[in-house]
Amino acid sequence: MHLAAMPATALRSWSCILFVAALAIAGECLIAAAMRSLGDLDRLRTGSGLAGYAGPIRAVLASPLFLIGALCMALNFFAMLFTLSIVELSLAAPATASLTYIGNAVAAKLFLHENVDQRRWLAALFVCAGVFLLSK
Amino acid sequence: MKHTLSPQRYLILLAVSLSASVGDTLLKRGMGQVGTVDMQHLGLLWHALFNPWVMAGIVLLIGFFASYMTALSWADLTFVMPATALGYVVIALLSHFWLHEHLSLYRWGGILLIVCAVGFVANGPSRTEHPSTQHELDMMDSGMGR
Repeated sequence: MHLAAMPATALRSWSCILFVAALAIAGECLIAAAMRSLGDLDRLRTGSGLAGYAGPIRAVLASPLFLIGALCMALNFFAMLFTLSIVELSLAAPATASLTYIGNAVAAKLFLHENVDQRRWLAALFVCAGVFLLSK
Repeated sequence: MKHTLSPQRYLILLAVSLSASVGDTLLKRGMGQVGTVDMQHLGLLWHALFNPWVMAGIVLLIGFFASYMTALSWADLTFVMPATALGYVVIALLSHFWLHEHLSLYRWGGILLIVCAVGFVANGPSRTEHPSTQHELDMMDSGMGR
């Protein structure tokens, strides 16, 4: 594919990748915030067996934070499908993953006020470096 | 205070690790059959939903979503994230030992880095303790400390 060498194609690929990562970060933070406010789902179970899951499912679906987050994740899914059709999986998957990891760590610190200590920063960096090496 | 996870919770983290990467691989395979989607042929995305590989990928990704949300209900986002990264390691190891693909030194290095990252985070607390949820966490701990 000689087209892949053209800068315009590279620009389009990277804008797709950035867009996918941004949607993922927004979606994951909103969903994490929703799940945090709901607490341990096991405590919401309404009984034993499969029917008992009605409680947690109802609680999750009633959360506005979750619904907006899920919308972001749905858009992320279609953006990823679109991206996969024009960008190689071996570039698209690690690139969106790395950007999402770093972005999530920053967003979790800023918006979710999680205690992102040294070992979690280090882990985010190690994952990015690891994902980059895996794609080589 | 240390938050140890029960075996059931480790199983959920394992499901988080496996389902996303296997699902993505199935999607890639399906999209390869569907063909290139561009701005003039966005309708192909709808068509893609009926490809069996894409369908299987979607089923796995729904499973991922359910286990991921369950994990987020008792752990931090930054704690669950490395678990998803472990999926890349699983894919690389599967392709080496099952599909007999060659893994370069770079890839072994990548696997090592991700495994280290998971180790760092898994050793720490799974949940940030906010003053308002302190009592709740105490109760969770006493329940699990059996």
